[in-house]
Amino acid sequence: MNWQRTLGILALVSVAAGTLLGLFAAPADRLQGDVQRLLYVHVPTAWVAMCSFFVVFLMSTLYLVQRRLAWDLVAFASAEVGVLCTAVTLVVGSLWARPTWGIWWTWDPRLTTTAILLIIYVGYLIVRSMTEDPDQRARWSAVIGVIAFVQVPIVYLSVFWWRSLHQPPSSPRSMASSIGGVLLLNVVAYTIAFAYLVLRRYRLAERELALELAGPERER
Amino acid sequence: MRRAGAILWKDLLTELRTRQGFSAMLSFAALVLFLFSFAIGPETELLARLAGGLLWVAIVFTGTLALGRAFQSEELAGGVRLLRLYPGDPRAIYLGKLAANLVLLAALEAVLFPATEILFQADLGSHALPLAAVAVLGTGGFSIVGTFFSALTVHLRARELLLPLLLFPALVPIVLGAVGATDAVLAGDALGRAGGWIRLLTAYDVILFVVCVWIFPIVLEE
Repeated sequence: MNWQRTLGILALVSVAAGTLLGLFAAPADRLQGDVQRLLYVHVPTAWVAMCSFFVVFLMSTLYLVQRRLAWDLVAFASAEVGVLCTAVTLVVGSLWARPTWGIWWTWDPRLTTTAILLIIYVGYLIVRSMTEDPDQRARWSAVIGVIAFVQVPIVYLSVFWWRSLHQPPSSPRSMASSIGGVLLLNVVAYTIAFAYLVLRRYRLAERELALELAGPERER
Repeated sequence: MRRAGAILWKDLLTELRTRQGFSAMLSFAALVLFLFSFAIGPETELLARLAGGLLWVAIVFTGTLALGRAFQSEELAGGVRLLRLYPGDPRAIYLGKLAANLVLLAALEAVLFPATEILFQADLGSHALPLAAVAVLGTGGFSIVGTFFSALTVHLRARELLLPLLLFPALVPIVLGAVGATDAVLAGDALGRAGGWIRLLTAYDVILFVVCVWIFPIVLEE
């Protein structure tokens, strides 16, 4: 069995185990009830999203230094998974907030920054899809990948100040160890799944690029 | 530096000769201000309270239109390539375009600030000095990031859609900072809250200026 498939099976098994444990083994929160179980999706996807955008930054920098298209493809694969995970984080968080806070959305710094993060990397993907030349595409998206990474902390800081001028942001919740253990398992499981997805997407992007380079006349 | 100056001069001269861009921008900005009062309602007190935010949104919208044109005249005639053929550092192109954009926006704001005072009954005039500082920092940050993304998107299909898509997320600190500082100044505490926002704007301007100047040559490569 090749190692790629092994990684895929490992990802599937660990995510399944994490989900089942989160649904049945972990105790329900005394105050929030079963809604709290959304945590086991929300936190791992948020974690993976942050990882993926860091990978985008890393690969973009590597591309700009070495100019190897492979780095660009990894950045692209990672950005796509990151956008997906950010969207899932926001949706799941919103579903959790409605019964818990009583609202779908609040202008909390972390929420606001995450939403802006999503838009930044959607922009990254759209710019890619609108550029035909592979080298130009790699260059421009690497530039966006680097700039975005510089922007995000400043965006967070500014939103934090904006909110703190009006009201304190919502406080983080403490958790019991049984919940924390399952959560940690899920974070690890989602990270494996992230590695697998990026790997597969990278292989696909490689083939897409080869096709593009082989037959430019077949392009629109 | 001299090359940047030449590009600034060229752009301003083109603008002065035609004047089309600027008058259209001015009318657009005025329309945005009008739309705000139509959307919000004619209550003077409410409009005066929102004046800072409305003013900066008008500046951002109009400025984005101006940026969309920044590299367009070159793009149409293949001029960016010509500009790059001149010897020297391509960063001069960025600095020249940035300066031209700043002059254009300064001229726009010279009209927009008084217009806000008149239309929304906001007392901008008596805080002219601190507001000028906020305007310089806010507009500076806008142009620094804007000129950069304008150069990046000019070759793309659907650039008029992609420029705002890339630019607006990057402008969040600028809008929050400029609006926060403007509101604070208008409310009368020139030292308390405004100071923090002005420091944020300054930090943003410096950091992004360094990063943009540094990686700009990559944007123009072919």
